[in-house]
Amino acid sequence: MNHTNLIARNRAVHNVLLKLRSVIGLLLLSAILSILSPRFLTYSNLLNVLRQTSLNAIIAVGMTFVILTGGIDLSVGSILAFSSAIAASMAHNNFSATIAILTGLLIGLLLGLINGLIVTQGNVPPFIATLAMMTMARGATLVYSNGQPITGLGEGFYLIGNGYIGQIPIPVIITIGVLLIAYYVLSQTRTGRYIYAVGSNENAAKLTGINIKMVKTLVYAISGFTAALSGIIITSRLNSAPPTAGSGAELDAIAAVVLGGTSLAGGEGHIAGTFIGALIIGVLNNGLNLLNVSSYYQQFVKGVVILIAVLLDRRKS
Amino acid sequence: MLLNMKGITKSFPGVKALDNVDLELSEGEVLALLGENGAGKSTLMKILGGVYSKDQGQIFLRGKPVQINSPKESLEHGIGIIHQELSLLPHLSIMENIFLGRERVKRLNRIDWNYLKSRSEEILSHLGVKNIDVTKPVKDYGVAIGKMVEIARILSMDCHIIVMDEPTDTLTTQETEFLFNVIRQLKREGKGIVYISHKLNEIFEIADRVQVLRDGKNIGTVKVSETNSDELIQMMVGRKLEDKFPRVCVGTGKKILEVVNLQIPGILQNINFKLYSGEILGFSGLVGAGRTELAKTIFGVNKYSGEIIFEGRPVKIKSPQQAIEMGIVYLTEDRKQEALFFEHDVLFNMTISTLNDFVTATGRISKNREVREADGYIEKLNIRTPSLYERVINLSGGNQQKLLLARWMMTKPKVLILDEPTRGVDVGAKVEIYNIINQLKQRGIGIIVISSELPEILGICDRIIVMHNGRITGEFTHEEATQEEIMKCAVNL
Repeated sequence: MNHTNLIARNRAVHNVLLKLRSVIGLLLLSAILSILSPRFLTYSNLLNVLRQTSLNAIIAVGMTFVILTGGIDLSVGSILAFSSAIAASMAHNNFSATIAILTGLLIGLLLGLINGLIVTQGNVPPFIATLAMMTMARGATLVYSNGQPITGLGEGFYLIGNGYIGQIPIPVIITIGVLLIAYYVLSQTRTGRYIYAVGSNENAAKLTGINIKMVKTLVYAISGFTAALSGIIITSRLNSAPPTAGSGAELDAIAAVVLGGTSLAGGEGHIAGTFIGALIIGVLNNGLNLLNVSSYYQQFVKGVVILIAVLLDRRKS
Repeated sequence: MLLNMKGITKSFPGVKALDNVDLELSEGEVLALLGENGAGKSTLMKILGGVYSKDQGQIFLRGKPVQINSPKESLEHGIGIIHQELSLLPHLSIMENIFLGRERVKRLNRIDWNYLKSRSEEILSHLGVKNIDVTKPVKDYGVAIGKMVEIARILSMDCHIIVMDEPTDTLTTQETEFLFNVIRQLKREGKGIVYISHKLNEIFEIADRVQVLRDGKNIGTVKVSETNSDELIQMMVGRKLEDKFPRVCVGTGKKILEVVNLQIPGILQNINFKLYSGEILGFSGLVGAGRTELAKTIFGVNKYSGEIIFEGRPVKIKSPQQAIEMGIVYLTEDRKQEALFFEHDVLFNMTISTLNDFVTATGRISKNREVREADGYIEKLNIRTPSLYERVINLSGGNQQKLLLARWMMTKPKVLILDEPTRGVDVGAKVEIYNIINQLKQRGIGIIVISSELPEILGICDRIIVMHNGRITGEFTHEEATQEEIMKCAVNL
């Protein structure tokens, strides 16, 4: 009896450790960096980490929705660039910042919706559908901007990426808002349950009466929207929309989702994990910068960390 | 004696699949293996093929005891098995399929295509297959050629024992005749053939002896020339009906569902039947008779022509979603692939179809209401789980099935279709499931039970429809149905 109790307790401890694995990883990483660099644990640096992380975290939230259904969205970086270019050129042409931003977000939503329709109505595998969108949207951005950054956005546009509410940067507040909404949708609503169901067993989901095409279309639309939102913030921070904005963003977003413990096969994972995953990548980037590691090495180290994390994750099953 | 299997016994959790079964096969003999679904034919052949390991018993080849631990070893002993489904790679050429994994190579590991081509042509023409381009992919030819390619593959490995599992299932009459000629030739060459089929007429045409299995036991072996189909059917089904099927009598209610002239080309032909509320209507037949397809069609999965009349109104059912909203639900025979969300817990799995009932004004799912409802069903259906938060993968088959019954009961259905409701369920839980079905019947739900277990169909159903090859071949009331009559319709005698 005692023995079984002990095993049960051991297993419980083990489960908690498994669940908190990414948090433990984050804390460990932070501890090492604070020893290596005295500047890491300062208020202004931590705020900086949060602000930088927010850009990836917002995209990763949308990516989490897509990956939970068993899909993937490679087009987020290009959607980001295209919707930023449209928003920036509107601001440049003296539309109000609000109208410009809303239009940019709408474009992102629409491109995501098109992804979803190609996947569900055209029966194209998500990898291929979003790969095509990635190329098309990037091409459209280059055509639209003639390969030049769009600048001169005016005062109103500046605020969203650079302003503060109280002590806290607006991008961080937006990120927290996005995370909370995503958490609510995934854990408290029907839509959230259906997303998990589709990723867990698509066939069963269909035979359970779930409109799987609608669910899948929705997640790509969400992903397009979050990509555009991140793009608006980047544009505001740079006060410019370069046509190359967001290239490679899909990889950081996917990495954050995977580091957060969401299964690439779908059906399993949660939004808090994605936030931790994005923080790990953000802290790593920041730390390597503080330590003056060359950007070539940074890439390499990031890759190694992701690989180790995923290999550790494999061992649970 | 080519092959001698002695005292083969094999248990799976909860079932004795084979109990002390013997099998003998001589050179130049065709032995038919006959039995209902689940009688143990496939298990016996999987042991011979090295897919399963036996618990007890011995296998002798030409009098010498052998150990068969893997499909590869089975082949090395000269035992070739042709499965019901083609196991070819459709995009590879015929010759590559025949020599897959055993390609002869020249220097530098280059495949000796000339050898492959000439040898393939030689084997196939020996079988009587001529005018065929062995360099073309298998998918360019039909199923019949596919079977020939599989036989050629086995012959190219010098197999002297050939097992064919339902080989004519997908063949036309002409193709079947051709296959029989090939079998006769193999026989003349001294090969031993085990022929698995439920088609009695084929057995009388091709086999020398018939061995009948039932419930994992050897019932007897007879010479084809000394038996008839009535005797074989008697041997296949002749088990006593034990009183483990509780049945309640309810006055039949009004007509709730009517299917008129339902068709799906190549799958279902001219299906007509009625279902009344408070009735259990059984669908019997052999695997592949089209019962599951019919059920799924009514559930909105397949496109169909014909008419479905529900509660007196003609309806066109286009999706499971629509069917569920109307009050028609289907509990699948394949829980793992088509019903359960294994990563998730009991609660998630139980309420997924009825989340609308628990949503508050703000769009949130009220966990309290959800848990209260689920707890009620856990108690009512006696679902044994440590908690609502246990992953369903950890539940036994019977409890998974009760969980899925709860999922559908929550939708308050008017028509409940149960496909093999007690498959993979242990005996105790079976009776519990029958009791639940009876309760639903008393509440006036129209229930369709698809089952390959004759005692189950005979035990709990008020009316029984038998299907064969996509058609309805018989209908019986509870009182007039017998195992023999149903089996005759199922094999379309």
